Amino acid sequence: MPPREGIYGLLAEFNTPSELVYATEQARHAGYRRMECYTPYPVEEAAEALHFHTTRVPLVCLLGGLMGVTTAFLMETWINVWAYPLNIAGRPLFSWPAFIIPAYEWTILFAGLSAAFGMLALNGLPQLYHPVFNAPNFRNGATTDKFFLCLEAADPMFSLDGTRTFLEQFPAISVVEVDH
Amino acid sequence: MATKGPMQDPIVDPRIDPRTGEYAVIAPGHNFKSVTQKIAGIVLTSNTPLGWFFGLMVGGGVAMGVVIGCTWLFLKGVGIWGVTIPGAWGFAIINFVWWIGIGHAGTLISAILLLFKQTWRNSINRFAEAMTIFAVVCAGTFPLIHVGRPWLAYWLFPYPNTMNVWPQFRSPLAWDVFAVSTYATISIVFWYVGMIPDFGTLRDRATMPAAKYFYGMLSMGWRGSTRHWIRYESASLLLAGLSTPLVLSVHTVISFDFAVAALAGWHTTIFPPYFVAGAIYSGFAMVITLAIPIRKFYHLEDLVTLRHLDNMAKVMLGTGLIVAYGYGMEVFMAWYSASHWEFFMMWNRMFGPMGWAYWVLILTNITIPLTTLWSRKLRVNVTYLFILSFIINTGMWFERFVIVVTSLYRDYLPSSWGTYRATKWDYMIYVGTMGLFTFLFFLFVRFLPMIPMSEIRMMLPQTKVTHGGKNAETVSEESA
Repeated sequence: MPPREGIYGLLAEFNTPSELVYATEQARHAGYRRMECYTPYPVEEAAEALHFHTTRVPLVCLLGGLMGVTTAFLMETWINVWAYPLNIAGRPLFSWPAFIIPAYEWTILFAGLSAAFGMLALNGLPQLYHPVFNAPNFRNGATTDKFFLCLEAADPMFSLDGTRTFLEQFPAISVVEVDH
Repeated sequence: MATKGPMQDPIVDPRIDPRTGEYAVIAPGHNFKSVTQKIAGIVLTSNTPLGWFFGLMVGGGVAMGVVIGCTWLFLKGVGIWGVTIPGAWGFAIINFVWWIGIGHAGTLISAILLLFKQTWRNSINRFAEAMTIFAVVCAGTFPLIHVGRPWLAYWLFPYPNTMNVWPQFRSPLAWDVFAVSTYATISIVFWYVGMIPDFGTLRDRATMPAAKYFYGMLSMGWRGSTRHWIRYESASLLLAGLSTPLVLSVHTVISFDFAVAALAGWHTTIFPPYFVAGAIYSGFAMVITLAIPIRKFYHLEDLVTLRHLDNMAKVMLGTGLIVAYGYGMEVFMAWYSASHWEFFMMWNRMFGPMGWAYWVLILTNITIPLTTLWSRKLRVNVTYLFILSFIINTGMWFERFVIVVTSLYRDYLPSSWGTYRATKWDYMIYVGTMGLFTFLFFLFVRFLPMIPMSEIRMMLPQTKVTHGGKNAETVSEESA
């Protein structure tokens, strides 16, 4: 990857979620695609405006759960039937009803860990550095009470002056350049 | 209440929401900034209240009971406890079940109420989850130390070893290991994932470099990106969906420890549901024990309102009735089964040498709470609820005592009857775990966000998105 230099994008700051959603919808309508909203709590309408609907987190979770149930059940069977067979009051070695309980627990364990770590991996976290943190006003509001829209320079529609004019038609508190 | 006429009595109490007639979930007049400042301020302040140091010291001091008790236990063996034959299970298992049960309300609040879209839970779910984790820590101590040779406790896990020895999966004790370790892991993961956005807030609002670094690392670089939020919400919902069957299964598995044994008083199919209901009952009592002093000392009455206390008291009433049904069914089955042993067990439980414990249990778990919780006046009476929460947890401890001890000490053969008497070491370790719990909880309220800020923001009226780019208040002013 070539070293990144110069401008990452333009960051507009809004006071209310409604203003953010409106600006995002208009930007999408104008043809911008490489953009992202930053909000202090999940704003579903912003995701709709970005046309971001589906996540792969449930799939990762399902695969984790299937792996958990298979691992636990096969492990129990192998241990109690082949690796270390014990006669416990004459019960069959392959006592599958009893094996269900640890298998059930490991289904949940693997699925839960997959959901949590899968979510972090799909989000690319942990990532302690990100260009938006360079904006002077970002950390003051993005995790507290302000709503941000970033139009990224990687978008073919992006031009410093044109995009700035576009963003300034909305009631943004500020529009600032974000450097890499 | 849409047709409110002038004839109607005005609602005097400003804490009551006039639209619903219920206490408001969050007191009016808050905005994104004020809730953030209020919650983050508790963590980021440089003026730690003196009372916090005092509480931490008391908790830490009492927790020394665990350290001293366990040291002596490891030196001398389980003989220092009151366990003997026939009462081979004593305080260790009673305390284990009691603590795990307390933890269950945390998961119920964070998971089941999330699935049911009970947004009022947002104010209390973080410290309820913390309570779960610390309760599991206290609970987990007991099985580890009661195995007799605690330095070999890792033999419980299936791991390849040179002895070629493996666990035996037909035993409920092996199921316990899986259930409790999964429960602890998933609770910690759920708790941590829930805190990531709040760590981001703390990182951005911290002024001390050490705090910025500490919370910055914990936040993993969270920046509130919408795509992240959507995946995050999806993962939270999945974790909630997974925790719900998990929490029900954990106490079910623990009840199997008893129900699988062929002993009168234990060998019963009602145990799983009745254990789960009892767990939630005692857990909500513990949430109330913690919430009432916290909202008072940190002035969080706006965020943890009377609505929360009222709702929690209602849950206690519901689960308390299930528990009462369980007790009733035990007595009924002792008669209906026509089993001599079952009948004697129940008679002995009520009128035998330890009958007093059964009546303490009925008084504290059934009579006092289930006659008073019907009154809304008492449900929102903070002092009464606080006292009641202690009464219920005493009752729940006695429930486990009654189940464990009074079933064991007089079983089938009168020649093998005995008694059970706890020693000072039993009491020391038990009281010590309460200190450990307090100590951990004091650390939690000082260093971690005890109310989820991002979820509280979602409950504010300002979150309403209107199309056309205007915020909610402007629109309503124009239309009026």
